[in-house]
Amino acid sequence: MKASLWTQDLGKSFRLHLQGGIRIPVLEHVDFAVAPGECVALSGPSGAGKSTLMRCLYGNYGAEAGRIHLMHDGAAVELTGADARAMREIRRQTLGYVSQFLRVIPRIGALDIVAEPLIARGAAPELARTRAESLLLQLNLPRRLHHLPPATFSGGEQQRVNLARGFAPGYPILLLDEPTASLDAANREVVIALIAEAKAAGTAIIGIFHDVEVRDRVADRLFEVLPIQDAA
Amino acid sequence: MSAPLLEAEGLRLRFGAVVALDSVAIDVHPGEVVAIVGESGSGKSTLLRVLAGQMRPDAGQVTYRAPDGTPHPVHDMGEAALRRLMRTDWGFVHQHARDGLRMGVSAGGNVGERLMAVGARHYGNIRGEAAEWLRRVEIDPARIDHLPRTFSGGMQQRLQIARTLVTRPRLVFMDEPTGGLDVSVQARLLDLIRALVADLGIAVLLVTHDIAAARLLAHRIMVMRHGQVVEHGLTDRVLDDPQHPYTQLLVSSVLAA
Repeated sequence: MKASLWTQDLGKSFRLHLQGGIRIPVLEHVDFAVAPGECVALSGPSGAGKSTLMRCLYGNYGAEAGRIHLMHDGAAVELTGADARAMREIRRQTLGYVSQFLRVIPRIGALDIVAEPLIARGAAPELARTRAESLLLQLNLPRRLHHLPPATFSGGEQQRVNLARGFAPGYPILLLDEPTASLDAANREVVIALIAEAKAAGTAIIGIFHDVEVRDRVADRLFEVLPIQDAA
Repeated sequence: MSAPLLEAEGLRLRFGAVVALDSVAIDVHPGEVVAIVGESGSGKSTLLRVLAGQMRPDAGQVTYRAPDGTPHPVHDMGEAALRRLMRTDWGFVHQHARDGLRMGVSAGGNVGERLMAVGARHYGNIRGEAAEWLRRVEIDPARIDHLPRTFSGGMQQRLQIARTLVTRPRLVFMDEPTGGLDVSVQARLLDLIRALVADLGIAVLLVTHDIAAARLLAHRIMVMRHGQVVEHGLTDRVLDDPQHPYTQLLVSSVLAA
């Protein structure tokens, strides 16, 4: 099957100019692919670069070497050479990312935060809000919280808002960084169901799951990210 | 993909021995918010004035594309045409509200005046729209006949936003719009600008030294230092994975609340 997203020889290091220009290599020669309807879990010890890989795929970090390709609007696009406007368009239509923490926007209520990416993709505002509301309810966020800005929410509540926002648009490719980290058992089940539903709809999912039980239930296979050995 | 609204290349400007702009290129597309960040003296405000046609560069060209697609070299347009542009397709939000408002004219008059400048004549409609815009920028419409000098700094700034956006310009220049305001007032203003700009699909060139404001508002970011653009790109990429030593310093200097 043709992949939704694939990398070729992807590499990433960080040069810290304020620390004497020290270079920290994090990823080298990463080659992997994910197909529509497939969930690939990134595995490997903490600090190995799983989140860095995820951020490179989202364009949040600039890849330093290699290539990232994805299917966008029916054609293969290369991400590392995409300019800012192209990247925004890819994120709007194709590529979703649920980070570990919700970036709170002052004064915007939870419902509008979830509906925003749907509206950006052209959904009618009422339909977007209806979908947002049903997702928030599915994730057990009570109605009385929907119109409040999530700044005062608990970590778990914020994460559920973040998850609703990520799942709402039905992106063809979805990146999930620890989606169940601060959730209770009931909400973990909801997330597992959402992932299964998205896979059935053809979404390609790349995830980091520290919860092995969740991982084993949603992932079709593992991709191991190993720490780079210090060149001594 | 759309053609840029505003495009500049090879901009150079010196003030005596000081290089204010050194080979600066920039483009802004319809509906795009671009932040120009850097510290005082980096040349960011000078760049804004050059782009808005208020200052002539020593070299380089700024081109504005009219709604019909015709490119206009901004510095060859003549003062009258530029003034007309500033009343219609463009807007300018100054750091100090009193530079953008007429302090001797009522709040409603400040907003209505811009509408009249683009041809509105019906008094009732103008007043109605002015009241609606006061509401949109969270000023009690009951204060429509009050003078701006009776307003707080934050209200004056919101009034300036209303006055600028009422004619739905295609491109708005903003020079440190939150500078000089209390932090709590800044957050409200930023959020208001964010919502209005997204609603109206306006392109914005925002000069700020406030990295958090740039992150909240801008799609793209340009980092300036000593008159040069040292780094530019997608906002979250530049701020989360800065490459240039100066950008790394700038980002690491932000205090997390």
